Amino acid sequence: MTSALEVVRTGAQVLLEDAGRPGLAAVGVGRSGAADRGAYRLACRLVGHRDDPAALEVLLGGLVVRARGRVLVAVTGAVGPLVVGGRPAPHAAVLELRDGAELALGAPTAGLRSYLAVRGGLDVPAALGSRSTDVLSGIGPAPVRPGDVLPVGPAPATFPHVDHAVVPPPAPGEVVLDVLPGPRASWVGGLASMTRGGWVVGPDSDRVGVRLRPVDAPVERLPEHAGDELPSEGMVRGAVQLPPGGEAVVFLADHPVTGGYPVVAVLTEASADRAAQLRPGQAVRLRAVTTPAR
Amino acid sequence: MRILPAGEHAVLVEAPGLAEVLALAVAVRAAVARGGAPWSGVTDVVPAARTLLLVGDRLDPAPVADAVRRLAAVVHADASTPTDGDLVEVPVRYDGPDLDDVARLTGLTAGEVVAAHTGTPWRVAFGGFAPGFAYLVGGDPRLRVPRRDAPRPSVPAGSVGLAGEFSGVYPRASPGGWRLVGTTDVVLWDAEREPPALLRPGGLVRFVAVDG
Repeated sequence: MTSALEVVRTGAQVLLEDAGRPGLAAVGVGRSGAADRGAYRLACRLVGHRDDPAALEVLLGGLVVRARGRVLVAVTGAVGPLVVGGRPAPHAAVLELRDGAELALGAPTAGLRSYLAVRGGLDVPAALGSRSTDVLSGIGPAPVRPGDVLPVGPAPATFPHVDHAVVPPPAPGEVVLDVLPGPRASWVGGLASMTRGGWVVGPDSDRVGVRLRPVDAPVERLPEHAGDELPSEGMVRGAVQLPPGGEAVVFLADHPVTGGYPVVAVLTEASADRAAQLRPGQAVRLRAVTTPAR
Repeated sequence: MRILPAGEHAVLVEAPGLAEVLALAVAVRAAVARGGAPWSGVTDVVPAARTLLLVGDRLDPAPVADAVRRLAAVVHADASTPTDGDLVEVPVRYDGPDLDDVARLTGLTAGEVVAAHTGTPWRVAFGGFAPGFAYLVGGDPRLRVPRRDAPRPSVPAGSVGLAGEFSGVYPRASPGGWRLVGTTDVVLWDAEREPPALLRPGGLVRFVAVDG
């Protein structure tokens, strides 16, 4: 009998995500995939995958799953109370679920998205080469619901290297995001205008983008660009778009392929992951870097 | 031609106009298909009206920018720019609700609008509005019409429209402000098909008038 995860309960949102579907942007399909790629990849590596199998992306906890057969899992990303078989279990660690055992992931105290990877991967049908749900285009698996039975695929030939990883959890309080100049940084006179004041995460943030409201006066375009219309151009994950209203949008995994507002800054890859863990109301500061930290 | 920064793993190339973007896109796609450094890091090449975006997890911006500059120096954008895609025939029933408006705006008869739309092949310039949607250019210049003043809340899938220098086919029902001249039964987007998009940048499209 193949093993599986039976979904008992879901919280705000549970999605299947993998590394996404690159290569289709020119025909209007974004890459999608896990919003916090670093946390997703760590969960996969912990259960011995060097490939990128489908895992669960859990928004604000609330997930309960039951193992059918023996299943090895790891939970990374936002840290909330984790209980396996009635006992507290560690984050970022290889966990064994015996047949019938339940895993419960509570609401995180900091961060937004947790990742539950399974050795063997979650073997749901792929769409366009990926098992990622793209909330913008609607491509990929339907959101995970109670009663779903998610089959576990065959285990890879590679084995877990470590049984526990030491990683800094997503931070509460003010978060600093590193930015590089965007293609239209000159529209606001350079990055300095974006890094001077503070920002607050808006409530209507999702996998498409995080909205940042300026704490102080909004960033103004230079007079020579005040009335400019930008023909739509290709967008990247981590792009910081600045529409005329002054509220910035940081694009996450399900961002539109093209957009017509100027991109004045682009987050580093590591900071784009951090942005995926921001909560509404959280304070953000942008910090200009020249060479991204590896 | 300017190379603009777009983060750790992308470069944005800004060209004087769409013709230059399309010519460079053909050359870049060919280079990426051949592979080798630094092109092997490029997974997506995204043309738009004035820009070409190159993206990839293993894309190193500095050498890719240099390679794009070298390529741009030998690419010439003119009417003879080769295409690198297939010619797709799209049968159309010219029964669109805006056909008479387009005739009025262009000073043509409805029959002449159909003849102009079908008379020369269109080129797939870029996508991006929705999966499978293609902005088509290079058609008869007499067909340039402004968008409708008020967009329709829902344009049916298969609607064939005109807007500015572009023609296009709606892959699925969506809001839209293009002037609709006809309808096709061709499936623009099928996720089960390989490749899923019928019209891809670099390809050519010939519209063919058919009876209802």
